[in-house]
Amino acid sequence: MAYQMNFTPVLARAPELVEGTINTVFLSAQSIAIGVTIGLAIALIRVDGPKWAAAAGATYVEAFRNTPLLVQLFLIFFGLPYMGVRLSANTAAILAISLNLGAYSTEIFRAGLLAIPRTQIEAGLALGLSRLQVMRYVIIVPALRIIYPALTGQLTLTLLGSSMASAISATELTLAAAKIESQTFRSLETFLIAAAIYIALTFVFRAIYWLIGLWLFRRKAPPAPVLVPLLERQPEARI
Amino acid sequence: MPALRIEKLRKSYGALPVLKGIDLSVENGDVVAIIGRSGSGKSTMLRCINGLEPFQEGSIEVAGHRVEGSSSRLRELRKEVGMVFQGYNLFPHLNVADNITLAPRVVKGVPRAECDALVQQVLSRVGLEEKAGAYPDELSGGQQQRVAIARSLAMKPKVMLFDEVTSALDPELTGEVLKTIAELAEAGMTMVLVTHEMSFARRVATRTVFMHEGRVWEEGLSETFFSSPQTPELQSFIAPNLN
Repeated sequence: MAYQMNFTPVLARAPELVEGTINTVFLSAQSIAIGVTIGLAIALIRVDGPKWAAAAGATYVEAFRNTPLLVQLFLIFFGLPYMGVRLSANTAAILAISLNLGAYSTEIFRAGLLAIPRTQIEAGLALGLSRLQVMRYVIIVPALRIIYPALTGQLTLTLLGSSMASAISATELTLAAAKIESQTFRSLETFLIAAAIYIALTFVFRAIYWLIGLWLFRRKAPPAPVLVPLLERQPEARI
Repeated sequence: MPALRIEKLRKSYGALPVLKGIDLSVENGDVVAIIGRSGSGKSTMLRCINGLEPFQEGSIEVAGHRVEGSSSRLRELRKEVGMVFQGYNLFPHLNVADNITLAPRVVKGVPRAECDALVQQVLSRVGLEEKAGAYPDELSGGQQQRVAIARSLAMKPKVMLFDEVTSALDPELTGEVLKTIAELAEAGMTMVLVTHEMSFARRVATRTVFMHEGRVWEEGLSETFFSSPQTPELQSFIAPNLN
């Protein structure tokens, strides 16, 4: 006999799902903000920093890209207390996910920075800019533009990967769904709804990345010729 | 005091010597063309002058600055020594006006209010007043190179270095860039140009220098330099251009 779907008991717990969704948004947004900052900083150090710092950055990247996020969560939440660092589940989740994203985005940013021709750097230096000013004004925006699709793809993985924080009982959507499932026994309905919410979140986040991209890579509109007073026009415009 | 004085300059890439003891002096207002075969060291020498390329021995003094020491000292030097590259190297994400004003604003602290006038002033010198709002990819190669020259001029340099600035351009566009450089020469700008344009060197440069195997092989006033080359190497180098 075909299974009769019944969403009613799950929907009755809607407030918990909403709360879980909000928590997932905050967990992801904070982790993304911190992780991207870490990634950009370490990428700059790996590309243009002192050798010892670049080596330290490379070690961090390898350590976090070659271990599972779940193990990183366990190490930080269950492991660190043995070294006297006791974090709440939510803080541990933000820390682990940020560090994980930091490692992956380091490599993405680094690819972008390395893709900018050396001649651009030389042009900046020849104008008297410092290396830091060259990075800030000459390199970063074109580099970001090259890697932007790869970066936003990674950020989507981070949003979805935040569900793993449920394993250390950080409050977020998957944990909320798991609790509802265990009490209603409506596994299919509960996780279908959770999946639908994740899809919606992904769309919203991607729309935000798109808008940020529009702003980051905007071009100034050329001045409209009608707005230029007649007298200020080029000499050849006057006969 | 000369605008540029190079003494006993030596540079090697690992075991490969590129510059084997260069001596060269350029007076204020001089236009010096550097010619020579690929690999003769002319671009390397030019890049040593503003410290883009480190060197092992000898000394360079340009616009009153010695090329040495910390990056902050090099920055002081680069404020007064402009450089234009073969590949234009405009910043693709900035429009012409922002390309021009970036260094004046960031390096010299020129206030935004003065930037429009500065942009118009330098663009008029390269004949591109109407392109302030354009982006580099909307310009032809020749226009991009002229903007690059304007960008350099905006720093009000005492000396300008040109590194094969027309080598990436077809003959038609080469003409408009050379015209701009000739006008700068007429206005009294001190310039050192690495170039393959023999007739331009002959016409515009006060002096021409022939580099060969990492040395200054022959130099002289441009008028006599081309009409009566002394060394067989220079004779064979310029022979194809005289027909």
